[in-house]
Amino acid sequence: MSGTVELADLKHSTDVQKVKERIRQVQRSLVEMTSSMGVHIGSSLSCLEIIATLYFLKMRHAPHRPQWRERDKFILSKGHAAPVLYAVLAEAGYFPKEELRTLKRINSRLQGHPDLRTPGVDAPSGSLGQGISIGIGMAMAAKMRGSRSRVYVLVGDGECDEGQVWESLMTAAHLRLDNLVLIIDRNGWQLDDRTEEVKRKVPLRSKLESFGWETYSINGHDVEKIVEVLDAAERAEQPVAIIAHTKKGKGISFLEDSNKGHKLKLSEDEYLAAIKELEMRAKCA
Amino acid sequence: MRVAFGEGLLELGSENEDLVVLTADVARPTHVIGFGERFPHRFLDVGIAEQDMVDIAAGLALSEKVPVAVAFAPFMMRAWEQVRSTIARCSLNVKLVGTHAGLSASDEGASHQSLEDVALMRVLPNMTVVVPGDREEVKEATRAIVESKGPAYMRIGRDEDANFLHEGFRLGRATVLRDGCDVAVFSNGYITSEVLAAAEGAPVDAMVVHVPTVKPLDSDTVISAVRRTGAAVCVEEHSIIGGLGSAVSELVSTEYPVHIRRMGVSDTFGESGTYRELLDKHRLSAPHIREAMVEAAKRRGKR
Repeated sequence: MSGTVELADLKHSTDVQKVKERIRQVQRSLVEMTSSMGVHIGSSLSCLEIIATLYFLKMRHAPHRPQWRERDKFILSKGHAAPVLYAVLAEAGYFPKEELRTLKRINSRLQGHPDLRTPGVDAPSGSLGQGISIGIGMAMAAKMRGSRSRVYVLVGDGECDEGQVWESLMTAAHLRLDNLVLIIDRNGWQLDDRTEEVKRKVPLRSKLESFGWETYSINGHDVEKIVEVLDAAERAEQPVAIIAHTKKGKGISFLEDSNKGHKLKLSEDEYLAAIKELEMRAKCA
Repeated sequence: MRVAFGEGLLELGSENEDLVVLTADVARPTHVIGFGERFPHRFLDVGIAEQDMVDIAAGLALSEKVPVAVAFAPFMMRAWEQVRSTIARCSLNVKLVGTHAGLSASDEGASHQSLEDVALMRVLPNMTVVVPGDREEVKEATRAIVESKGPAYMRIGRDEDANFLHEGFRLGRATVLRDGCDVAVFSNGYITSEVLAAAEGAPVDAMVVHVPTVKPLDSDTVISAVRRTGAAVCVEEHSIIGGLGSAVSELVSTEYPVHIRRMGVSDTFGESGTYRELLDKHRLSAPHIREAMVEAAKRRGKR
């Protein structure tokens, strides 16, 4: 019995190692994209590990069959982090990585904010506050079909200013949608300033709990922890909210925990410094 | 109208297992309660949360369901940005129904009257906009939007109950209800029955064209009517800005310019009163329409 558990653990740790390798690829893709176009790189980097872990480890999906009905679905409600979603989708095999160079260019399938024309994008976004509602619709449809498809929604902490977020939190809890998982990218920044300066969000956890969500709080850059909490979410009997504590600009020190990279095109020097830092970190990993 | 809509939904519900009805704490007044009782697993009352409702409908459509989201027309507009950014932008198969539209919420006053919804929905790419006016037509239009692909908005009134059509509704088609050669009158919703009353015994020979689909507009029928008559009146229970009158004017001004008189609520809000009093006050009842027909016919051919 214990032998089986060890084997499972081994497989798990190998999987996690693979995810981490792919995360480095995605970081690299993001930096490449940011060298030629103004990109919301800070808020892309803050949720990179979350999206990568979902697509590379947790979700049941088929890049060669993007419309597979039984797939798990992902909604990037904070649509401005589209570049990281595209980088992950390309890494997963939904479309060629070379296409990432067309981001935001005329006639590209990679729009500034998520759009259904991109293979692998499950829901449009860009206007904040709508993703949980869309996720409720998808989770309801899965239940009506008797499908075990699960729905993951990623929102920003600043996005929680939107009233619709709280409308939908009430609805999902009322419906006891145990196939819906909400992840809040708690990077502490929104466009104008730190989130607590613009409009106080704390105590976020007790707000979510009082709305009827089973709530967890994790380090959103720790792949092992992300996997652990997503596993726990599958055993819940109500919707699950995960507050993922993150850093805006994570992984590139001159962007970390600041609003410098809210929307940014890297200069040549910044690009080289970012690549160098990623390579250094890869060596140490 | 609401009753016919509720009946129509019930019929469709038993035929189409993918049909899901959503509402925002107005299940009773919109008459979708019948659907909810019959198909409780395909019905959701989200409470007083129109924005949530509209995006839940979007999520259902993204999962191959056919959602019909129903609210009072003025409050559906609260979710207009959700309709724009999510539903219309991606041409999602969501059906939106606004009830109590136009002046029909009468005694409730301006907050509950919706005189802008056709303009707001018509401006959205991919959106079909339907304003049926006859009891059977409401049922048929409900079926037509449910059976068509893509987003659609249907507006219906509260209590008025008209029965003036002899042939069925077809999406995108206008119907000539009365032939005439002096002036063409385009209208939709309940108001068409006022137009018909105005045309009878009028000193001019009016062609009455019922235009229940505002978008896509039946341009062939509209243009052939103005070609024949040389002048037009548009009448609707909506602001004179952006509705049917605007749609007809936009088309006619480029294809076959003739004098057009637009009748509607003249860039003002409504107020409390009975439905009849409001129609009279805003010059949308038969005598006022008849007057406008005569005036328009005088300007026939003068461009």
